[in-house]
Amino acid sequence: MRISRRILAGLATASLAVTVTSCGGGSDTSGSFDDVKTVGILHSLTGTMAISEKTLVDTEIMAIEEINAAGGVVVDGKSYKIDYIVEDGASDWPTFAEKSKKLIDQDGVPVVFGGWTSASRKAMLPVYESKDAFLYYPIQYEAQECSNNIFYTGATPNQQSEPATDFMYLRSPAAGGDFFLVGSDYVFPRTSNTITKAQVKQLGGKVVGEDYLPLGNTEVAPIISKISKALPDGGIIINTLNGDQNVAFFKQIQDAGITPSNGYYVMNYSIAEEEIQSIGPEFLEGHYGAWNYMMSIDSVASKKFAKSFKKRWGSDRVVADPQESAYNMVYLWKQAVEEAGTFDDNAVREALIGQTFNAPQGPVEVMPNHHLSQTVRIGEINAEGGFTILEETGVVTPQAWNQKHPSSKGYACDWTDPKKGEKYKL
Amino acid sequence: MELLLDILFNGVAIGSVLLVAALGLAIVFGLMGVINLAHGELMMVGAYTTYVTQLVFKLPLLKPYYNSYLIISIFLAFIVSGVVGIILEKTIIRKLYGSPLETLLATWGVSLILQQFVRSVPLAYGAGLIISLVLALFIPTLFPLKIKDSINVKYYNLSAWIISAFSGVLTASWISSSISRLSRPDSRNVDVTAPAWMRGQIEILGTNFPKTRLIIILITLISVIAITLFLNQSAWGLRIRAVTQNRQMSDCLGISTEKVDILTFGIGSGLAGVAGVAVSLLGSVGPNVGGNYIVGCFMVVVLGGVGNLLGTIIASFGIGIMTDLIGAGRLLTIWPQMPLPLATTIDFFATTSMARVMIFTLIVIFLQFKPTGLFPQKGRMVEN
Amino acid sequence: MSLNRLNLNKITTLSIWIILIAVIIAAPTILPVFRLNLLGRYLSLAIVALGVDLIWGFTGLLSLGQGIFFALGGYCAAMYLQITSSSEFPNNIPEFFALYGVNNLPFFWEPFKSPLFTLIAIWLVPALIAGMLGFLVFRNRIKGVYFSILTQAALLVFFNLFNGQQKLINGTNGLKTDVTQLFGQMVGSESIQRLFFWITAILVIAAWFFSKWVVKGRFGNILIGIRDDEPRVRFTGYNPVIFKTIIFSIAGGLAGISGALYTVQSGIVSPQFMTVPFSIEMVIWVAVGGRGTLLGAILGAVFINYAKSLVSEALPASWMFIQGGLFILVVTALPEGVLGWMKGDGPRNLLQRFGFKRKIETYPSLEVNNKEEN
Repeated sequence: MRISRRILAGLATASLAVTVTSCGGGSDTSGSFDDVKTVGILHSLTGTMAISEKTLVDTEIMAIEEINAAGGVVVDGKSYKIDYIVEDGASDWPTFAEKSKKLIDQDGVPVVFGGWTSASRKAMLPVYESKDAFLYYPIQYEAQECSNNIFYTGATPNQQSEPATDFMYLRSPAAGGDFFLVGSDYVFPRTSNTITKAQVKQLGGKVVGEDYLPLGNTEVAPIISKISKALPDGGIIINTLNGDQNVAFFKQIQDAGITPSNGYYVMNYSIAEEEIQSIGPEFLEGHYGAWNYMMSIDSVASKKFAKSFKKRWGSDRVVADPQESAYNMVYLWKQAVEEAGTFDDNAVREALIGQTFNAPQGPVEVMPNHHLSQTVRIGEINAEGGFTILEETGVVTPQAWNQKHPSSKGYACDWTDPKKGEKYKL
Repeated sequence: MELLLDILFNGVAIGSVLLVAALGLAIVFGLMGVINLAHGELMMVGAYTTYVTQLVFKLPLLKPYYNSYLIISIFLAFIVSGVVGIILEKTIIRKLYGSPLETLLATWGVSLILQQFVRSVPLAYGAGLIISLVLALFIPTLFPLKIKDSINVKYYNLSAWIISAFSGVLTASWISSSISRLSRPDSRNVDVTAPAWMRGQIEILGTNFPKTRLIIILITLISVIAITLFLNQSAWGLRIRAVTQNRQMSDCLGISTEKVDILTFGIGSGLAGVAGVAVSLLGSVGPNVGGNYIVGCFMVVVLGGVGNLLGTIIASFGIGIMTDLIGAGRLLTIWPQMPLPLATTIDFFATTSMARVMIFTLIVIFLQFKPTGLFPQKGRMVEN
Repeated sequence: MSLNRLNLNKITTLSIWIILIAVIIAAPTILPVFRLNLLGRYLSLAIVALGVDLIWGFTGLLSLGQGIFFALGGYCAAMYLQITSSSEFPNNIPEFFALYGVNNLPFFWEPFKSPLFTLIAIWLVPALIAGMLGFLVFRNRIKGVYFSILTQAALLVFFNLFNGQQKLINGTNGLKTDVTQLFGQMVGSESIQRLFFWITAILVIAAWFFSKWVVKGRFGNILIGIRDDEPRVRFTGYNPVIFKTIIFSIAGGLAGISGALYTVQSGIVSPQFMTVPFSIEMVIWVAVGGRGTLLGAILGAVFINYAKSLVSEALPASWMFIQGGLFILVVTALPEGVLGWMKGDGPRNLLQRFGFKRKIETYPSLEVNNKEEN
């Protein structure tokens, strides 16, 4: 017994230097706080998704630290310091479900901030519904879902892909051209492309091909030969590939001559500043991206957000849309708790709707369908690794049920009205 | 004609990645009957070596030579992965000869550790560690025996270790102070960018070919030629072939099988490093880079059979051409008037993921006729 | 001395069994729901580990593809639950189909409307596929590492197949079971989960008896013969192909049962069950517990998974190091596994090293070692 404990202790010290601040926060209750409240953070710290999800953990920790530094959460005149438990989803969907159960049952956290992939959210959803707990999910996604137990702070397709498709077909240099859709093989690209296909048809354009790369596979040569066959003289490519598949894709399309100078323009839904940095701007220059937040937004809130993130985590780090959504959701939760006057799920859920926040992207508001109304921006990727913002819409209201997707046309979601609920006919 | 050229080129391009990755695996498997599940991670080590080399060549001191960093990194990757392989052989694999299944499990353990190592340990320290290990292995062989005899062996060994440890620490601190990206642990994927002259396209016979693919084909070609020459022309190659054919008899004839094993494993691992350079040109470099290729390598080895490089080569290109043929739906282009049921079937398999399913099925069918691969080793034993 | 040793082994086995059963009976009352659920899942993994022990520990076939059969069993169970709880969705088919615009149930879902068919399919489908795959491979005398890497490739193929077929089987997302209905109650509810815990516990013990029965007698002897010297078995007039195929499909069937139990207790089945690391992990459970001991497989599966979840809560990044180290340690230093080590000369040797005399042969010495080991 003693031996093994010593080994464990050794391992612990060895990996302490190298792991994240997993038990972070500390339990320092002295200071000026009356009490401590622990929340859950659940992202992949290991495995393939760790690369992306780690940035969200960093942002959420930063937001919590900011809140604590500003006096914590004040409920009923008592100030609470926010503590957090970070759990590892290990890039494995069933593990997300398991760790959710642990955070809810074992640790009794009032809220969990977590998830990245749609598959992980889909795996967690039944857990939160069956235990009536509350998950905050920060990623732009395919929608077609509206759970009473999830709060979605990322964009829905009508807040990202729809304005982007409009832009590509009507106002981009490739306007009027044919479309080719490329994506990773999972639910977000599939659904997003179904919507895009319907939209392109409405606009009078043509989709000449679509192909999906299995997750984890980086052999893109067959897809590239399909693209050059389908679009011999340039056109519009809509890209929903995931993570490091993008690196292989962009390196190799450039080599195959599929570049802006040859009339090929790629619109990306999953490439933000973080990804541009890791793919290399020289491969991406001249292509496009659509997001709610871009680091190049010239506003006080945006600059402050980027500056404090760099200060906290290192000057070479960048902020991007998913991180901004993660940042917003922590603050919106805090506001809702303070308005509700309790940490209780159900009260917070009611108080949440209608909350507004002056986010780095501009004002956002929580709508009755548990999504955020936000601004949409189209940007061109520049040589410095950022976006040159070309267009900016007004505030767009979210559609949990997409109005272009054949299966959800004419439906909406409203949790403020008990008669309407998850899915009702408009 | 153009289509045929296209298929051939794409197939060879995919196949050469498979070949360069499987070459080392096939040699080690052929000689020792050992499947090294850490082979993919040795590729990863090679890919990270390329990445570090690239950053080092961006420093002002070496900036003028930036255009040639890729060529240098091929040699470095060979040495670095080779040394990691040799250490692996000396510490673990040697203990497990004769029990290939146990080796399989142990090397899987090694692969897990290597993966987590690059996630948790700053690359600068990793580079320092590698430098120490390389020196510790090579210093003793640098000096002729005479000098060794004149000094006390104990002091000699001690000083060799001190020198190598010291230079390791020196390298680590130099790299981490001059390249800040390498001084922190970083689980994000990183990127290797080929110098500008290696990017873009080149026109041959009126068709455009991507340069990086051509470079990978070239790397593969050179590796195959070099390894063939080594095995067939050098004295050590002769010994390796002898041990492959009959280990006990070679031992009796005075060949040091121990040295042969180290050498073979080192070369196999070194080739994995070279493969790492090649794949770093295609995609991003991360802890999982090897895992993406390893099963493809196994397929090559199974299909090609043991003990003959030709089998490995044909198997790689065969799988490459089939991948392109099925995955890109070429059959429909070649024969557009195909009857409908056949066309829908082929369309069903015309994605990258389904192409893999199809190819595996074809390999299993193939093994029903030739269970030991394309070029089996001939022998008269009950086993093999 | 040999008599003494035999008694000692029996006592070890017996005491481990008593502890195990005591834990199972006590668990539902003392453990909180979350931990109980975890224990139930680890126990269900013990069943697949038993299968691995049968093929690897006894027959010498190292399969790196047991995840296929595990996932197939899980999918069978999940398909039944999904389809019987889909009356409120459009077209009376599971909800996810609407995402991909599918209006008709794919044909292979039809039979899963029947509970009886599902209960049979859970073990029969994996067993048949294992048998078929096994027969094609064994027939050609493919074995050793060749067999291992072929099973790994098969695993990858099945992963791609399930991962890519969104319209048939919901692709990467997998099938959820937590919010489906069984006996008029939600599967994720506490009462049903408790029920599943008991079913799992009983099935683990049943699977152990079954495995014990399989390896007893001549059939078991032939299996061990194949492991130790296959040509000799062949020359004696037995056809190893049949025996290998049978034992491989038995292991497949056990994996299927295990997968089904694991799925209903974790709430989801997805192609992630067919990733390469998960299948290799199964081997390490057996290796650590002690191959060829059956009981070791059960203990290994439960304890390693428990350790994994504890470590990943505290220091997620270190689990890979620990696991990697375990693989290396167990093949180089503990080839017989913990149980094999305890049953063999291990404890005595260790004691001797600490200066104890060798003659201590009674079981008080064993208890001392037990503590050392933990």
